Amino acid sequence: MISFIGTLPGAISQGLIWGIMAIGVYITYQILDIADLTVDGSFCTGGAVFVVLFGSGANVWLALFAALLAGMATGIATGLLHTVCGIPAILAGILTQLGLWSINLAIMGMKANVAINVTNPENLDKLLVSLRFVQDVAKGTRPFTRHPIFVVGLFTIATIAVLYWFFGTELGASLRATGANQNMARAQGIHTERNKVLGLMLSNGLVAFSGALLSQYQSFADASMGKGAIVIGLAAVIIGQVLFSKLFHNFALRLLAVSIGSMIYYVVIQAVVSLSGIDTNYLKLISAVIVAIFLAIPYWKARSFSKPVKKGGKAHA
Amino acid sequence: MLDIKNIFKTFNAGTVNEKTALNDVSLCLKDGDFATVIGGNGAGKSTLLNAVAGVWMVDSGSISIGDTDVTSLPEHKRARYIGRVFQDPMMGTAATMQIEENLALAARRGKARTLRIGITKKEREEYYELLKILDLGLEERLTSKVGLLSGGQRQALTLLMATLQKPRLLLLDEHTAALDPKTAAKVLDTTERIVQKDHLTTLMITHNMRDAIVHGNRLIMMHEGKIALDISGEAKKKLTVEDLLAKFGQATGSDEADDKLLLG
Repeated sequence: MISFIGTLPGAISQGLIWGIMAIGVYITYQILDIADLTVDGSFCTGGAVFVVLFGSGANVWLALFAALLAGMATGIATGLLHTVCGIPAILAGILTQLGLWSINLAIMGMKANVAINVTNPENLDKLLVSLRFVQDVAKGTRPFTRHPIFVVGLFTIATIAVLYWFFGTELGASLRATGANQNMARAQGIHTERNKVLGLMLSNGLVAFSGALLSQYQSFADASMGKGAIVIGLAAVIIGQVLFSKLFHNFALRLLAVSIGSMIYYVVIQAVVSLSGIDTNYLKLISAVIVAIFLAIPYWKARSFSKPVKKGGKAHA
Repeated sequence: MLDIKNIFKTFNAGTVNEKTALNDVSLCLKDGDFATVIGGNGAGKSTLLNAVAGVWMVDSGSISIGDTDVTSLPEHKRARYIGRVFQDPMMGTAATMQIEENLALAARRGKARTLRIGITKKEREEYYELLKILDLGLEERLTSKVGLLSGGQRQALTLLMATLQKPRLLLLDEHTAALDPKTAAKVLDTTERIVQKDHLTTLMITHNMRDAIVHGNRLIMMHEGKIALDISGEAKKKLTVEDLLAKFGQATGSDEADDKLLLG
């Protein structure tokens, strides 16, 4: 139990970092109504770009920004495969994801993982977030404002603020309309294809940004770090919805719910690991089962509680 | 205003399901014309409207709206000139968005979507006044999700959205067919008022012969992908359902028309 409480700050930090990725998933899955599997690849792209650039001496902000741009590029790739080539969105995402495996390795110089040298204190100080800062703050050698929860929390709030603004603009509203009803959107002169590319770009930019934060936090990037990211993203979105849909109606709060969902997911996973001592290799199975159940619940509810109602009033066939 | 010249459209060309939906259709609507379109199932009514709206490209022929040749323009670009209401009440609005957001989207039809705020305070006040025209009490529910509205309310809202930016051409695709008779009559009445007020050039498909006769200044009947009848002016005013059936029989050389049309 004590060991579990000891790991909580780390779990919450990780949950917050993945929460930014989950917000990216929310954009495609909930707003655009596309299940985008690019994220499993683009998450790592962000991490790889960040680690390589930072490792070669680039400014940490610059490296983060580059990761964001690289993620956007992956989104554009999936978007073009979907809209210009007419490939179903799920398959387009899988194709990009597969291609990214090679690209991510190429970015990392054909190595399966690349580390940031954090034994050098000068290098460590340049980072915005790090696993080590969690202990440092606990020991009192670093101020509270360097705690990953605080720093990533600020990133999360900034992300939500920007998205809240964006989806309230003319362009953002047209993006929501594209996801809600394509026929209506086109009839109102909205370029739905362009909007889908834009949404995928935005989403994967955030996913890659989150990947960059995670590789910074754990001080390495790994070719398989994005594996199952889509499931974690969906888990966060669904947990957030189940717990807060009655409470949060405002768009910004719903994004916040996604981030909280992600934290809860990590805390629960951490609890399972610390308290049951289960082999961590089973975590992916547990995640898959949890998400499957949560996705199934609304379907089961709809089937068992609503009887089909025949609509009357149509005078003829 | 609308000038359709010799358009053809064949679906599933080269397969057993090949279907010539539009077979050399030409039609010219003058500014302010309100034409009703009738015809049996598969006569090509909806296909004609979709061709004009740009849902897909026609195989040959040309379509102009005003001075603009729109033949090769994609759907979202043609939307600048065209207001549309669909048969399915679900199709014309975004259910997960608010009433005022739907209206704001429609108010920007044909304009570039920028990073300016999606709906201004001034617009909200305008929409409040506009929704009163519908007489459905929707003006008090500006921030309700459209998904909460009934089919009739949604069609009325779609109609308002289609005409919020005065379109050069209004396309109504059996927009009252999915509604109960009372609601249908109300939506049709609203349609008539808006079309009159804004002097809109309109093409309205209906499955109801009486509606087709009562409304508009022109009546077009389609049969097997062609325009079988085109009645306007005084002749249209004097028209009865019986006349129409008789004329249709003469024009197409078949008498199976009656039940097909009446059931259509």
